[in-house]
Amino acid sequence: MRHFFRRKSSCQVAKDRLKILLISDRVNCSPEVMEFIKNDIAKVISKYMKIDADNMEIQINTKGAKSGRGAKPSLYANIPIIDVGMTDLNLNR
Amino acid sequence: MENQFSPEQKGSEVIVVTSGKGGVGKTTTSANVGTGLAKLGKKVCLIDTDIGLRNLDVVMGLENRIVYNLVDVVEGNCRVKQALIRDKRHPGLYLMPSAQTRDKTAVTPGQMIKVIEHLKEQFDYIILDCPAGIEQGFQNAIAGADRALVVTTPEVSAIRDADRIIGLLEANGFKQMDLIINRLRMDMVRRGDMMSSQDVVDILAIPLIGIIPDDENVVIATNQGEPLVGRDCPAGQAYANVVGRVLGKEVPYLNFDKGISFWTRVTGIFHKA
Repeated sequence: MRHFFRRKSSCQVAKDRLKILLISDRVNCSPEVMEFIKNDIAKVISKYMKIDADNMEIQINTKGAKSGRGAKPSLYANIPIIDVGMTDLNLNR
Repeated sequence: MENQFSPEQKGSEVIVVTSGKGGVGKTTTSANVGTGLAKLGKKVCLIDTDIGLRNLDVVMGLENRIVYNLVDVVEGNCRVKQALIRDKRHPGLYLMPSAQTRDKTAVTPGQMIKVIEHLKEQFDYIILDCPAGIEQGFQNAIAGADRALVVTTPEVSAIRDADRIIGLLEANGFKQMDLIINRLRMDMVRRGDMMSSQDVVDILAIPLIGIIPDDENVVIATNQGEPLVGRDCPAGQAYANVVGRVLGKEVPYLNFDKGISFWTRVTGIFHKA
């Protein structure tokens, strides 16, 4: 019975940790470079809308794709938008 | 699978046994695969490339017969043939020991390739026992090899290092890399406390060539200095199967689950009581 209430198995914990660990190992992208990418993205998006650059996050993972060597990593960005009022600037062009 | 029957099959094959992390069973695997191939009538040369920390001689039980070593060969203190120790138990099995009193920089990748080219003329299989790490010792070991056996255990640290090694082997142009998962404990896998072989294969994404169950007979065999390949124990059988697959045969995987599950079910009753 206690199996039903047990926390995540240590095997699953190991797999989850490895997934994240190996992505950063394989990409071999330094935190410094990630910071440059983040700043550049913030700069471009800021042209079109007001964003909260201090609270944006970017990370490289293989979410959705199957794990393993063949999987292509992708870049995920979470950018909090403060005001989308400037988007019509885009439409008028 | 089909490319294992390539035209090159007629020539000799140079296999490096590597892992990145130390203590996962590279030397044990080298000794057992080498001995297993020799038992099937192949001419096999085992080379210990771990300069400064040699171990293969001890696992093979040949430590008392060393006169010359790999560094002596490279430095021209002796001929290649003089450094080869013949294993009297298996015709066709030879060991080239490493030097204990030197370090990794005593040999260069170029020198390794030369020694291997020389040995290729007389042997069907040359098996290189790679040191742990990714420094010069690793570079020396992989320099002359055609294919690799990557050894890992179902642990986060060993798998991480194996992944790094696979990346480095790929960068060095290796086309054939096969995975050996060592020290698997089915009882732990079943209760969700150890990654299964399928989990490890999914993560590392290279072909599997062997699963070696955790078996106390490995320790006993090392104590005795006699590889256990082919013996009537789980690890002995598993290594014999690896040897078959190295030769390109299709060998079904042993079902440790069945045997152990019955046993643990029986012993489990007593543990609970």
